[in-house]
Amino acid sequence: MLKTFKIGGVHPPENKLSKDKAIEVLPLPQKVFIPVAQHIGAPATPVVKRGDVVKVGQVIAKSRSFVSTNIHSSVSGKVTKVDFSADSSGYPKHGIFIDVEGDEWEETIDRTETLVKDITIDGPAIIQKIQDAGIVGLGGATFPTHVKLVPPQGMKAEVLLINGVECEPYLTSDHRLMLEKADEIMVGIQLLMKAMNVEKAVIGIENNKPDAIKLLSEKCKEYKGLSVVALKVQYPQGGEKQLINAVTGKEVPSGALPIAVGAVVSNVGTAFAVYEAIQKNKPLFERVVTITGKGVSKPANFKVRVGTATSELVEAAGGLPEDTGKIISGGPMMGRAISSLDIPVTKGTSGILLMQEKESSRQEVLNCIRCSRCTNVCPMGLEPYLLMTLGEKQIFDRAEKERVMDCIECGSCSYTCPSSRPLLDYIRFGKGKVGQIIRSRKK
Amino acid sequence: MSKLLTVSPSPHVHSSDSTQKIMYRVVYAMIPALIWSVFVFGLDALRVTLIAVVACLAFEYLIQKYLMKVKPSVTDGSALITGILLAFNVPANLPWWIIIIGALAAMGIGKLSFGGLGNNIFNPALVGRVFLLISFPVQMTSWPVNKQAGIDAVTAATPLGLLKEGVKNGTPIADIAGLPHLNDIMLGNIGGSLGEISAVLLVLGGIYMLWKKVITWHIPVSILLTVAAISGIFWMIDPAVYVNPGYHLLTGGLMLGAVFMATDMVTSPMTAKGQIIYGIGIGVITISIRMFGAYPEGISFAILIMNAVTPLLNYYIKPKRFGGQ
Ligand code: SF4
Ligand code: SF4
Repeated sequence: MLKTFKIGGVHPPENKLSKDKAIEVLPLPQKVFIPVAQHIGAPATPVVKRGDVVKVGQVIAKSRSFVSTNIHSSVSGKVTKVDFSADSSGYPKHGIFIDVEGDEWEETIDRTETLVKDITIDGPAIIQKIQDAGIVGLGGATFPTHVKLVPPQGMKAEVLLINGVECEPYLTSDHRLMLEKADEIMVGIQLLMKAMNVEKAVIGIENNKPDAIKLLSEKCKEYKGLSVVALKVQYPQGGEKQLINAVTGKEVPSGALPIAVGAVVSNVGTAFAVYEAIQKNKPLFERVVTITGKGVSKPANFKVRVGTATSELVEAAGGLPEDTGKIISGGPMMGRAISSLDIPVTKGTSGILLMQEKESSRQEVLNCIRCSRCTNVCPMGLEPYLLMTLGEKQIFDRAEKERVMDCIECGSCSYTCPSSRPLLDYIRFGKGKVGQIIRSRKK
Repeated sequence: MSKLLTVSPSPHVHSSDSTQKIMYRVVYAMIPALIWSVFVFGLDALRVTLIAVVACLAFEYLIQKYLMKVKPSVTDGSALITGILLAFNVPANLPWWIIIIGALAAMGIGKLSFGGLGNNIFNPALVGRVFLLISFPVQMTSWPVNKQAGIDAVTAATPLGLLKEGVKNGTPIADIAGLPHLNDIMLGNIGGSLGEISAVLLVLGGIYMLWKKVITWHIPVSILLTVAAISGIFWMIDPAVYVNPGYHLLTGGLMLGAVFMATDMVTSPMTAKGQIIYGIGIGVITISIRMFGAYPEGISFAILIMNAVTPLLNYYIKPKRFGGQ
């Protein structure tokens, strides 16, 4: 029996249209917009101004606090303005506009393809470099990686879990990366293990990627303490708590961080970025992005510079299909619908999904028939129908008692509800309010 | 870009399941038992079912449209289920106007007075049935004879009715005249309401619903096991006074109730644990009424009582939370 997490879960149609498409390099755009907040935590502060000439890999915004990270230029050229523009949240965000001129990289970056296996620096130095290189969780959560690697006082990490699950339908960027950059990922994992001072790392991959499981299992034999676990296909297995549960059997207590059970989770894309940062001196300014959708003529996986407009990707995949009704940044379960093709690719963009008109609108909302399907699929063991009612009626103290804050916003409940009730919309609202109440109580 | 894009919060995909599909699966599951009832009771069975269904659909439409002034939801399939279930719960020779009163009670009192589908506390078909049982006790308990049996009596007593009489008069089970054999009961060669008469076909419908994931095993199995266990204990103590558990399982409305009525998702608990407690409760109350109460049959009352307990079960019994407590 394949392992998976114990409670709930759904299995939406996988639709991995681009899984056999090798990663291609997207042609350089003419201009980019690089937001200074591409991560969870404080935005970075711009250190360039209008008219400055920048190189690829140069720091253009610096982090001023621990939970934050640097932003690097992804192109060479001239800064045209430092201003506001919409990112995938739909809200105007502070960022840097650059007109591209040539492709001139910082000299310190090693641009060769040679695999560098030997690790020459110690743990703290690795963490420092990860911080300098602006690395964040590339699975979509964008939490600064260096923060995760330093456990809170009195806690000790025992195992590093590498997330190669890619449980979102359609997305294939991690899958392709595992197939094409397996060696680099292995070295990246070694670096993370050394930084955290752990002996053991486990890579979790869902069983719909047998080629990746086979390849990485082979590679693991060359390294000490590394192994691959094949997991049953089940959404949301890529959620940190679900992955830990699936691989180790442990449950992270309500409200606690994974480190409470001795685990730290990192994405395969992050491991690759760590490899490049340490062994190649290359900060994080580009990533693999899947461009896909049922109407897309050439679904693909592109290596994209951060700040590139979504429209460039869409063009490269054969143009915007006539019947496009919705554009999603990320996967269909947790991604964000964006309102314009000008919105830039950022560190957290794992894919762009173009949905057809007929798939885009929601179905008519009917009464709750108390079928308990939402409760049965909730991976956190919550009662979404109840949390929705409590959100709707604004009964926040009860919502808190019913553990609304445990919701990981995976969307399994809304996906499943036969009456198409907007469960997660109201749960999010309730969560926001309860969060405010909890914070004000602490003050 | 010229055209407007939809921007809505995640998730952006939906499963292919719908409330309507679930409801129609329940309807499909009832078809074998319905066909059998026509076979046993003749066109009368069809007449009762048609009147009940049309009346339920009509009342739902009219009350929603003209009294509640909301968009009628007759097509969702739930009123259709209530209609068939109501028909399953009455004798095949019930006059048409009584059926219509039953439908009005089911839809008006049982469902729409609570606000419609999903808001009702009690199973609407059972509200209709119990309303009729109290208002028209004579018509509701004179059962037409099985056309197959070829006896020319107009009405026949149900096996449970015979038992109750026998026990009241102190007759030992073996001497109760006319008590049908278990084989006949299995096939439905007995007196009873429309949908009660073939346990086998009801179970078949239940298996279909399990397969299609409309219901889970928790409720029917816990009801049937409870009834079997309690009646089994009494039977072992004194088989001359208490009938064997097989008889209890296969007669009366037990199977119909356990498979189709107690499993109504609107009025049964949300968690597996809650459903088992609910099922045990129904089993205990049913068998108590059958053995010690005034009525020969108790499943309807048992389900209604446990329907009333359901909100409490939902309040106190929580699913297993991730991360303890
Ligand atoms: S899945 Fe939808 S209809 Fe079923 S209980 Fe949950 S909210 Fe109600
Ligand atoms: S979105 Fe929240 S409530 Fe809904 S299934 Fe996921 S964790 Fe449960």
